[in-house]
Amino acid sequence: ELGWLAARLGAAWLSLVFALIVLPSALGVSLGISEAYMWVLVKTLEWATIRIQKGAKKPQPQMQKTAAANGIIERDETPMEKEIAGLHRMEFHFSDIFYFCRKGFEAIVEDEVTQRFSSEELVSWNLLTRTNVNFHYISLRLTVVWVIGVIVRYCFLLPLRFTLAAIGITSMIVGTTVVGQLPNSSVKDYLSEVVHLTCSRILVRALSGTIHYHNKENKPKKGGICVANHTSPIDAIILTNDGCYAMVGQVHGGLMGIIQRATVKACPHVWFERSEMKDRHLVTKRLREHVADKNKLPILIFPEGTCINNTSVMMFRKGSFEIGGTIYPVAIKYDPQFGDAFWNSSKYNIVSYLLRIMTSWAIVCDVWYMPPMVRKEGEDAVQFANRVRSAIARQGGLTELPWDGGLKRAKVKDSFKEEQQKNYSKMLVRNGSVG
Amino acid sequence: SVSHSQITRLYSRFTSLDKGENGTLSREDFQRIPELAINPLGDRIINAFFSEGEDQVNFRGFMRTLAHFRPIEDNEKSKDQNGPEPLNSRSNKLHFAFRLYDLDKDDKISRDELLQVLRMMVGVNISDEQLGSIADRTIQEADQDGDCAISFAEFVKVLEKVDVEQKMSIRFLH
Repeated sequence: ELGWLAARLGAAWLSLVFALIVLPSALGVSLGISEAYMWVLVKTLEWATIRIQKGAKKPQPQMQKTAAANGIIERDETPMEKEIAGLHRMEFHFSDIFYFCRKGFEAIVEDEVTQRFSSEELVSWNLLTRTNVNFHYISLRLTVVWVIGVIVRYCFLLPLRFTLAAIGITSMIVGTTVVGQLPNSSVKDYLSEVVHLTCSRILVRALSGTIHYHNKENKPKKGGICVANHTSPIDAIILTNDGCYAMVGQVHGGLMGIIQRATVKACPHVWFERSEMKDRHLVTKRLREHVADKNKLPILIFPEGTCINNTSVMMFRKGSFEIGGTIYPVAIKYDPQFGDAFWNSSKYNIVSYLLRIMTSWAIVCDVWYMPPMVRKEGEDAVQFANRVRSAIARQGGLTELPWDGGLKRAKVKDSFKEEQQKNYSKMLVRNGSVG
Repeated sequence: SVSHSQITRLYSRFTSLDKGENGTLSREDFQRIPELAINPLGDRIINAFFSEGEDQVNFRGFMRTLAHFRPIEDNEKSKDQNGPEPLNSRSNKLHFAFRLYDLDKDDKISRDELLQVLRMMVGVNISDEQLGSIADRTIQEADQDGDCAISFAEFVKVLEKVDVEQKMSIRFLH
């Protein structure tokens, strides 16, 4: 009897999910449920912010929202030449070390790079335990709201999102395998697009994603290369929610591998074996062939090579910019108030990351499609990469850093230190003679 | 004295550098900061945090060393004439700098020690002979008692016209 009841409930639950979420995803329409949820959420968080500000014992200093004001110290940007040579010319002085010393201590207290590999600090608490670092107990009402929030997120939203994600991934695998059986034709391409779009939409709803796309007229076209800043593995889903791309990446094992093998039958994604990835010429050659075929979908690449915390754009690997073709830059900026999308891969593995995402309030982000760019005459790949990077950083309101995202794990190259030593040496000695 | 919010932020920074999560920092933890790793004097600066024979520094030691870089204006607020000299006084800042040069901690900067520090700062760009001349001339100009080494008193004299307070200070924003 109980089993029969559970089955009935389960069936009712699934049909609700299908009717309200999956079907509209397939048709590309919205029932407005997400919008209503977001409205309630925004109002609640605004109320919470006001309560926190009222409850604070001391008057809070005006906390500006820019990352610069969140800094701990005032950094002295006087260049080495001015600071050291200003005192004397062409000779060593004991006070020369003060410059290096202070720079060193400034870096110890606060440096530009390591902070990008951990989540952005919030200006005001968003009722998630995980962000409650600097904020303290304020009032009973706030705590009650927080408890309700925990129940809603873990007991209602998490199972719902998990169901949706399961449906989305299963449909993706089954759908693309079925479409993959068809002979190559425009019908196959059309059906492949439908399957990919529908499954992306389901997955976005599985994250309670609210995405604003700007400048849709600049959407990447066939035969082009779409380039975006990287914050999380869900960046790809955010983009495929609105268009179809050929993914580029390494072949994985497990569930990801199954998805990769299924999808490549329906649509020419570019998956590389691990051994192939090491051969840069091979990679460039394959991508060049793909881009040359104007009937193929635009490829999607994240040139930073690793996830950054969405406050800055780090160095772009030049490989993507050597392929040729038209680059369609895209800037993605998440709103951290509703949920932290950044994947700190040194701290969390993919499963705990997805769990955190699914128990956040929502994923809210802006996507800006930017006008296409091509390499100019006399511009090399590195300069072109930097030009595209600046454009993306400016559009998304992110800072630009000349550092390599690889510094998350690897040591910094000695050449930077050698450059500083060279600059200092120039001040001591000119033309090989001692001053 | 340091404000509560400054201590909180520095503690937060300390824990984010502490990858081993054991409440202390090792030399590797410091070297993970790219801007410090490319500093020619990076290793000497890191060394300043660790006491003789120790490889770990706790938060207290971290703050003590950082305290040398607080601006001197902070002391105006708490004029305690009878207490010990604050770590960020001009004299203690100079002492800190002196210790960066005095590699063997014998309270003298010898020609060798000066050469080693110079070599760190210039890398491979200057020859041994030229560097030797620079070291010789520097010691000659500062050495007053003729022992071909620089004592702390001679060091202070050489730097008397330099605005040590401004050059060896870090300003906190709030």
